[in-house]
Amino acid sequence: MSEARATGSPAGVANSQSRGLRLGAIVLAFLVVVALPFLASGYHTSQFSQVVIYAIALLGLNLLTGYNGQISLGHGAFFAIGGYATAILTVKLGIGYVPAVVIGGFLCFGAGFAFGLPALRLGGLYLALATFALALATPQLLKFKAFDAWTGGVQGLVLQKPGAPLHLPLTRDQWVYFLCVFSAALLFWAARNLIHSRIGRALIAIRDHPIAAETMGVDAALYKTTTFGVSAAYTGIAGGLSSLVIGFVSPDSFDLFLSLSLVVGIVVGGLASIWGVIIGALFIEFMPNYADSISDVLGENAKALPWAIYGVLLILLMYVAPTGAAGTARILIGAIQRRRGRSTNVALDRKAASGDQTQ
Amino acid sequence: MIGLTHQILSGLAIGSIYACVALAVVMIYQATHLVNFAQGEMAMFSTYIAWALIQAGAPYWAAFFLTLVFSFAMGMAIERWLIRRFERAPVLAVVIVFIGMLVIINSLAGFLFSYTIKSFESPFPEKFALGNGFMSPHELGSIGVTFAVLGLVYAFFRFTPLGLAMRAAAQNPVSARLVGIRVGHMLAIGWGLAAAIGAVAGMMAAPIVYLDPNMMGGILLYGFAAALLGGIDNPWGAALGGFIVGVLENIAGAYLVGEEIKLSVALAIIVGVLVAKPSGLFGRVLVTRV
Amino acid sequence: MFSRRKFLKASAATAAALAARSAPAFADNAPGVTDTEIKIGQTMPYSGPASAYGVIGKTEIAFFKMINDQGGVNGRKINLLSLDDGYSPPKTVEQIRRLVEQEQVAFIFNSLGTPSNSAIRDYLNDNKVPQLFVATGASKFGDPEHYHWTMGWQPNYRTEAAIFAQHIMKTKPDAKIGILYQNDDFGKDYLNGVKDTLGAKNAGMVIKEVSYEVTEPTVDSQVITLQGSGADVFVIAATPKFAAQALRKSYDIDWKPVQYMTDVSLSIASVMRPAGPEKCVGTITANYGKDAVDPKWKDDAGLNIWRDFMTKYMPGADTSDNNSIYGYGVAATLVQVLKQCGNDLSRDRIMKEAANLKDLELPTSLPGVKINTSPTNYYPIRTMQLQRFNGTTWELFGDVLTG
Repeated sequence: MSEARATGSPAGVANSQSRGLRLGAIVLAFLVVVALPFLASGYHTSQFSQVVIYAIALLGLNLLTGYNGQISLGHGAFFAIGGYATAILTVKLGIGYVPAVVIGGFLCFGAGFAFGLPALRLGGLYLALATFALALATPQLLKFKAFDAWTGGVQGLVLQKPGAPLHLPLTRDQWVYFLCVFSAALLFWAARNLIHSRIGRALIAIRDHPIAAETMGVDAALYKTTTFGVSAAYTGIAGGLSSLVIGFVSPDSFDLFLSLSLVVGIVVGGLASIWGVIIGALFIEFMPNYADSISDVLGENAKALPWAIYGVLLILLMYVAPTGAAGTARILIGAIQRRRGRSTNVALDRKAASGDQTQ
Repeated sequence: MIGLTHQILSGLAIGSIYACVALAVVMIYQATHLVNFAQGEMAMFSTYIAWALIQAGAPYWAAFFLTLVFSFAMGMAIERWLIRRFERAPVLAVVIVFIGMLVIINSLAGFLFSYTIKSFESPFPEKFALGNGFMSPHELGSIGVTFAVLGLVYAFFRFTPLGLAMRAAAQNPVSARLVGIRVGHMLAIGWGLAAAIGAVAGMMAAPIVYLDPNMMGGILLYGFAAALLGGIDNPWGAALGGFIVGVLENIAGAYLVGEEIKLSVALAIIVGVLVAKPSGLFGRVLVTRV
Repeated sequence: MFSRRKFLKASAATAAALAARSAPAFADNAPGVTDTEIKIGQTMPYSGPASAYGVIGKTEIAFFKMINDQGGVNGRKINLLSLDDGYSPPKTVEQIRRLVEQEQVAFIFNSLGTPSNSAIRDYLNDNKVPQLFVATGASKFGDPEHYHWTMGWQPNYRTEAAIFAQHIMKTKPDAKIGILYQNDDFGKDYLNGVKDTLGAKNAGMVIKEVSYEVTEPTVDSQVITLQGSGADVFVIAATPKFAAQALRKSYDIDWKPVQYMTDVSLSIASVMRPAGPEKCVGTITANYGKDAVDPKWKDDAGLNIWRDFMTKYMPGADTSDNNSIYGYGVAATLVQVLKQCGNDLSRDRIMKEAANLKDLELPTSLPGVKINTSPTNYYPIRTMQLQRFNGTTWELFGDVLTG
């Protein structure tokens, strides 16, 4: 999408070729996604549901951090609010699971917007640390005595995994998977439209040149707080879906590591990239297991070492691809197309080569 | 009234540890504009080294100073071989590197020393001659050690040529290079110093909180809060912030909102202060030229 | 009556044995089982906030290795797959599903953590997979009527809290009780156990309850608050690190209440010594097992069996860690269950035998503590004995009590 524009390729034939390729890739991806739950076991299907869920959460966080430049290390809090909202609404109030997730999303929008207001005053690092504090405070707030009757306190709440409606021949795992995929498709489409609209350009402008943007009449405060809200809503919806997949919420489910994983996800996937979040989601879901299997090779005494391996992998990844999967892809595509001699726009090329995300 | 005094004194004691951690965080921030999320784990690892030395038979103060030397070296090595490679990387990529470091050091400590909690001796005598029932000798001692550290650091930066060179390198690396200061070297020393200060915090904390790989988690958070409160670019503000946070935490827990949400309240207060004064209580307000 | 029951039992056993021999491996209804192996699974917090308990999993792996070296159970080796869940329920769910659906284990054994086990209980029961001997004392896990496949092992926290409350009511009816509790399932179970046993009539005895989070550095502030409330009985529902801090602080501030401490933290090595043994004199706790470094058990035959095991199969491990005694005990209980199953290792049979333990005594249990289960009693260990710390060792006193 944006890559083709960045390299300014003029050749019409090459364009339709790449467009054909892209279409083919999308159809293939669609087939894979739809066929997956029928080929994989229930366990694997639920894992892929989690990947889709993380992708939604990462998309939300990327809107805020990647496109709007506000660093949040505490998005786990919104994941928790969404998760608990869905749980409480379905278990305690008997509301259907679809409206529950949606309501959870709206609640998170409000929470995100509310947090975005004081966040206006905090710049980069301070915001990062303040959100870090939010992530740490979340489990304690969830355990607060006064809310016990609703939240189930430290015991948590058990949810029923929803079954397929209309007696469709789908297992619960498969139904929830499709639910997640459908939600993701909607949300991705919405995000893409947002980014490629005036609003998206305003967000990027605020991120890169805040003062110039203000001079041009962009109401930075409104955009920033609204983005916080939307970002929180996305993550909240992801949290709600997650509570359906797992069937359980408790304060321990939303620890600091969740927030850190989300940040790892957007960086590994690539900031300001919509499809990069899928890579990020795959990473945070499967990499800990992969590190586990590596450490198993080292023998049984190494029970705690998987995390050390995970840490080493993270650092190596950052060394090799600091702009994440999407950023590296941009660099590579730019290099390939330059080598093919297609591009005549040197300046744009150089920008693409350095992984610059601006248009 | 006695209870209140107790709470305040106890808060000052734990606050002295927060102050050390905050100081270490600020030192690295001043030199590199990075927040070292792995500061707590580095301090914990240093404390384990001290523990191992004591187990091997070394007397306390020998182990203490050897650990400081080791931590200094570890800090320098991390800066030189790890952090420096990410000089030009995007900010968030460096944050991920820190997270990676955090996880690696924590894992290694668990692997090498196991997760069973260990006791760590305090260098201060068990019974005070003055019979103070309000504070244990160790609590008083750790406050003393903190002040000693603060004093030494102040003296170092103010009165020694190396300290001056470091301040120059942090404030204006380009000009510093022109004057012949090896900026990279200064960064490494800064990291080494921060690691050593963190080690002091760890060794003072361990007798109170007991030694285990996860011991610094809660402390690091309060250290960050202290650094934010005092101003992330002001070492003395950060240290003072440490004491404030320690006392605030205790008072909030005991008298204001109860233990259940005192963590959240303490953090809310800090965020509130930041909203009112974004650069912290004692931080410098940066005015950018458009 | 008596002889008829015996006869029926004998013939049933014979029939089962004959049936077992004629149909070797119940591969269809006995997942995870072959002629030579029983595959079982668990999740343990090898990383994260509860990682100190990871040694339980390591001990169990070593124990089964010992059993395998001795020939296994009925010719089958026990293969325990122990996965890390970092004490995070979503991870627990994922790992358990992997064990059940991918690894096809026979059952889940001694998974640790209250939230972790809560998260997987419905799934395991819906799929009729035994969730045996969960490593938590939360009272909700002994409910055969609603959760036929889930069973605990250690005395549940409410039982112990009830024993404490009863003792307080008996010895100090005018006590003013202050409770320090960890702000999670474990601590709250205690708190509620004490209050429920005291009942509405004596509710006024609890004059102050103060909690703490596991992420907090110290509980000094909480102890000061409790002293300030004027309490003269101090109930400590805390894990080892914080229990040690609490004992030390109360001594340092010259507060001398009668102290009752949870059995989770009665380890001399992990709690009394770091706190300072002289500061813990008079502390009361209840126990069902032996302490690893208590001089009283120095030459105890039972514990020496455990010590031999530790030397041979866990060289270099910390032999003062009571978690290893715990792991040994649960693993030994499981071996008994498996022995009772004979060659029928279907999940039904395993659950049946787990609910059929009669007066089982372990080398690591206190004398007089026996394990008993039945289809209506899913609390294997319900007996504990009170003991008081005298500066060096735990002195048992009173009778063996059943909660």
